Parts: sequence; structure tokens; C-alpha cells
Amino acid sequence: MKLLLKNASVLNPVQNLNEKNFDILIDDGIIAEVGNNLQQTSNDLKIIDLTGKIVTPGFIDIHVHLREPGREDEETVETGCNAAANGGFTAVACMPNTEPAIDSAEVVEFIKKQSSNHLVDVYPVAAASLGRKGEVLSPMAELKDAGAVAFSDDGVAIKSASLLKRALEYSLMFDLPIIEHCEDDSLAGGAMNESFNSTLLGLPAIPNVAEDLIVMRDILLAEYTGGRVHIAHISSANAVNMVREAKKKGIKVTAEVTPHHFALTDDAVKSYDTNTKMNPPLRTRKDVYAIIEGLKDGTIDCIASDHAPHSIEEKEMEFEYAPNGIIGLETSVGLAFTELLHKKILTLEDLIFKFAINPRKILNIDIPLIRTGRKAELTFLDTDLVWTVDKTKMLSKSRNTPFDKRLLTGKAIGVVNNRKMFFEGRFTVI
Amino acid sequence: MPLSSRHLLGLQGVPKEDIQLILDTATTFREVLERPIKRVPTLQGKTVVNLFYESSTRTRISFELAEKRLSADAINFAVSTSSVNKGESLKDTVRNIEAMKVDMVVIRHAAAGTPLMLTKLCDANIINAGDGIHEHPTQALLDMYSIREKLGRLEGLKVCIVGDIAHSRVALSNIFGLKTMGAKVSVCGPSTMIPKYIQELGVEVIYNIDEAIQENDVLNVLRIQLERKAREYFPSIREYIKYFGITSERLEKNKKDVLILHPGPINRGVEISSDVADGPYQIILQQVTNGVAVRMAVLYLLGTLN
Repeated sequence: MKLLLKNASVLNPVQNLNEKNFDILIDDGIIAEVGNNLQQTSNDLKIIDLTGKIVTPGFIDIHVHLREPGREDEETVETGCNAAANGGFTAVACMPNTEPAIDSAEVVEFIKKQSSNHLVDVYPVAAASLGRKGEVLSPMAELKDAGAVAFSDDGVAIKSASLLKRALEYSLMFDLPIIEHCEDDSLAGGAMNESFNSTLLGLPAIPNVAEDLIVMRDILLAEYTGGRVHIAHISSANAVNMVREAKKKGIKVTAEVTPHHFALTDDAVKSYDTNTKMNPPLRTRKDVYAIIEGLKDGTIDCIASDHAPHSIEEKEMEFEYAPNGIIGLETSVGLAFTELLHKKILTLEDLIFKFAINPRKILNIDIPLIRTGRKAELTFLDTDLVWTVDKTKMLSKSRNTPFDKRLLTGKAIGVVNNRKMFFEGRFTVI
Repeated sequence: MPLSSRHLLGLQGVPKEDIQLILDTATTFREVLERPIKRVPTLQGKTVVNLFYESSTRTRISFELAEKRLSADAINFAVSTSSVNKGESLKDTVRNIEAMKVDMVVIRHAAAGTPLMLTKLCDANIINAGDGIHEHPTQALLDMYSIREKLGRLEGLKVCIVGDIAHSRVALSNIFGLKTMGAKVSVCGPSTMIPKYIQELGVEVIYNIDEAIQENDVLNVLRIQLERKAREYFPSIREYIKYFGITSERLEKNKKDVLILHPGPINRGVEISSDVADGPYQIILQQVTNGVAVRMAVLYLLGTLN
């Protein structure tokens, strides 16, 4: 079957592509022709008019918890991929805090198999140490050969400086990054950010210096070893500043931020709504300003959701007992457009870098090109669409979001990848 | 004039008029407690559940007594802390209790915010009897009642809360309530036990106990929770006693007529010496008596709102 996308604005900054009223013809999942006013007549042709809409290389979310294997009641590879497609992503990188952890080639292969027929490509991030226990290195070379794109002890920082040093040295052989959840273990364990609000709310708190200490340790070890560190979900002002200085010195460090860390502050916790409980916790206005500066000047390379599905029962607990994390795949793009594009913090081109280009560079994944002969891997955007988040309509298996009923401006309205399309709420084979 | 809220979750944001009303109403009930027959029919036919997720003797007994003296049907529901995360969820427990048609729930819980959560789960009036290290509003109300009874006012008084401020729900409720009532509030204790952001509440921080005694009309001495992790926050009990313990020598040295409160239970010889705990400056047992009257006032005012 052929698919003709008509009258779109087509943008891909890596190939200096910026065209208006542009058409893309896709034949059997491959871009067959691009140009203005393409004429096609065929019985087996589907035409989609994208006047006023934007087509970009497919977006990727490099921090997603798919919960399979282990907690299939909360999410599966399939439902997570469905949520990704609904959120505008053609690819995700999934984190290794599964049960068992992604610390063997078998688990990597299992996840690849579970996603093999899906529109969304799944790139597993493997554990850096066996069982994420911080004791023995995982079989990194084997994991890489099986398809792992990075290594992380996910949920915790790699326990000791010596193990991180070895992991960074070992990963030099394949130029894959170590993704770090930066939190000092001895300062961890609180339910929210340590701030005036935590004093008011009487909640045990995590100071942002818990994050800063490990960011500093990791930067120093990246410098010393020459290895690559990617800072997951950066949330503190000091951490952003340290990454900025490290980049100036040429140290191989990159960083991602979640939408909730620029869209919310710890004021949201005042409701004791367990959907405002995450790790790292929501921080203060000052941290949000630093994150915005970091996004603007490129200190923060990309946006990733830290999509963390939890069952209703788990989240309906007392705040201190509820697990950390929220789902994010289906609100990430809308929040970024609302908070960053429409508030003139980032341009659309900047956002394409944050969602499609930089994250792939970090994981050494080829960037989709919108060019004849290439695989069609595309995201359709409507930057002006005003819509209301409705958790009951989400495709994720879980519902733990603090953004329900929030009015957003801008949305990913469709994706194409692997000979499939998700558009107007439906998957179709193209 | 009725209270402005149908729950008592804490004293943060509670208007002065409400606190005044509770304290004035408590005065009436305080008189009832002196009668030979200490029972009034005010809440007859109302059912109150004391839902205690954390062990407590005095607060539970005080509430139970207050409920019985108002002729309410009082039911105790104690849940051992060890069963948390294992058995029935809080939500299911509360829904079950509500299905039995109760009017009010008094809750004590180790997790902050639980009383607020209850207001969303059921229609009963909710009274916070202590949630984690957040608030313990009836304790602060009875402290304020006792100070007012003894000194005749709250406005303009200087009150210092002494001890482990960071892990105390009593401290936070006292700060909110006393500030609203026009008192000048300070805190004194080891710096590791003073929350980093406490000054943003308009509270002075004092590290020298002699200075705290000299500058204040009232000391509210908190229990050092020896059974909790609190002990990791100062080097030794010996050092705590030496630098923060309230002893008669220290009071005499500072030649100050200062009123001493303690929410109990007391660690004699730790935060307060035995001679001070039994001495002329303290009103510790009056606090206990007043506690029943204040809780009667809260139960009465909330229970007759609807």
C-alpha cells in the first residue's frame, strides 16, 4: 500500500530540510518520493492531508519503564509501545529495573521479541551490574551484541565509585553511555524535595545535594576515564550548572530532563497527591529556572519522560508509602510544547533536537532522514492543537498521572514507522 | 459563629476566630470536668471512631474520654503499624468504617497527609490526632489553652519550643497556632534537629538554652524520642542534657519566672530534670486535664456543624 502525506510543513534540521506545502509518498514503509504537489493515482493509495501540520523525524523517548518482564499488571511492552505511539514516539529506550533485571542477553532478546511486530522500536537499556546490585559488572559486551544501547543501574546510582570507574572503562570498547540515576544513597529515602514545603508538609525529604554529589562524582569519573555518562532526569540547579561546566571542559557528559521537572514544582505536593511523588522529586522554582536555562543553552540535551507505570492500588496508598513515579509517554510532547514552545523558551527546531536528534546521538542510533529511499519513521505534529489530558483515554495500562484534565497546547497527532501508522486513534498497516 | 471548616487537619491556615472559638468553648467544658457528673448529652447519638495506626496511650485515652463525656458512641480501632503494607489498605478500612455510618473519625497515623486523604475517602468529620512529623493540632490547642489559662493571654507572649523540632508534629502545630494568636515564637535545640527552612515561618532560631530561658515567657519542652532515629541527630544523651536539658540549676541561674509545658510522655532526666518536671514552673498535668476539655470542644464544634 502507498501512503501520500500532503501539504505538510516538513522539518529535519540534520538534513537542513525545512519545506512548506510538502508531500511525502511512502511505499511499503519506504519513502518513495518527496516534493511539492506530488501527483499520484493508484487504487491502493491512502492520502492524508496535513495542511497546517508538521512532519518531523520520529520522536524517541529514551527513559521509559515498560515493566515487562515482571509487572505486566502495570504495563507490557505492547501497551507501553501503544502509549508511545499515542504520545508521538516511534521509538523508546526501556530501563532495566524489570524482574528479572535486563542483565542478560536473554532478557534483551525477550524484550526485542515482544516488540518485534510493533510500530514502535524498543531499545533496551541493560543493567550496568548484575541484578542492578552494584557488585559485579553485567556482561556488557554480550548485552550490546544482543541489542542493548546503554547501561544503567536505573533507580539507583551505580553503588561505588570503583564499579562506576570500571563500567566507564569497559564501555569505552563500544562507545555506549552509562546512564545514571544520580542520588547519594545515604541521603536518599525521603518522599519529597527538602524545602520550605517539606517543612510545612511534615514529609521526610531528599535534599538536592543528594543529586549534586553523584553528578559531581560521575563527571569526575567521566573525565578521568574518558567514558560517557548520561545524567538521567536532571532536576537540581546545581547539577545543571555542573553539567554545563563539564561540557565546556570537553568531558563526555549529557543530560535529559523530564517534562514534570520543568512543568511542576514541589508546590504540587501540597495536595499530598501521590501522583506528585517521584524520584528525583519535584523541586523548587529556582531549579525549574535553571532547567529552562539548561534547555536553552544546550546543557540539557534531551527530554525524556521517565514513564513509570504503577497500579492504582499502589498509588492509592499514604503518600510516604506510595511508590515513586508517573506515566509520561502520552503527555510529554504536549507539556513540552505548552511549557517551552508557546512560552518562547525553545523553538520548534530546538524541540526536534531534544526529542528526535540528540537522544539518538546519545545512544548511537541512526537519525531518521526524510529522503527518498529511507525508511519512513515520522512524527506528525499539530503545535496549536488545544486539548485536555484525559487519563481514561490513555493507551498505557496505568493511570498514574498528575496532569489529568490539564489543558495543553500542541500535540503529536500521528506516527509512522515499520510499515505501520498510528493516526486518529488507530493503528493501520501501510 | 460556627467553625470555618468541617475537619481539623492541622492549624496551618486556621483563622484566629476558629482558634478563639475552640479555646473559649473548651473553657465551658473545663468546668464540666470539675462537676461530680462529668457528662453532657451534647453528642448523644453521634458515633466517633478513633482510628489509631500508631501506638498512643494518652492521646487516644484523652479523645475517648472527651467523646464519652459528650455522650458520643466511641469506638476504638487500633491497627498495629506492622500490618501496614500487608493487610487491608487505608482506603478499604476507611470505606468499611464509613459503611457502618460513623459521624466522625479521629485519626493518628505515622504518615503525613493521611487525615487529608481521609477527607477525600469518606464524608465523616476528620480530626487529626497526629500525622507523621506533620501536625498534631489538638496538642497545640491544649498547649495554647493551658498557656492562656495560666498567663491570661497569648497575644504578645514569647514562646520557645525546645528540643527535636525537625521530627515533631507538636512543634509545627504550635508554631502555626501561636503565630496566628499573636505570640512571638522561637525554637531552640541542636542545629541538626532544626529544619533548614524553619525561619521562613517567621520563627527565631536559638541554639543557646540559657538565652532561650532568659528571653521567653514560656518554654514548651518536647520529648526527645529516644526510641526513634532521633538519637542519630546528636552525639550523646549526655551532651544533650548538658546543652539543652531543662534543670532547676539552669532555671535558677537565669533567675527567670518561666512557664514550662511538656506534651508528654516525659523522659525524666533527659530533656527535663525530675525536679523541674514536678516543680513550681510546670503545668504538665494541667495540660493533660485541659486536653480532654479542648478535645471535647473540637468534637462538639465539628459534631454539631452539620
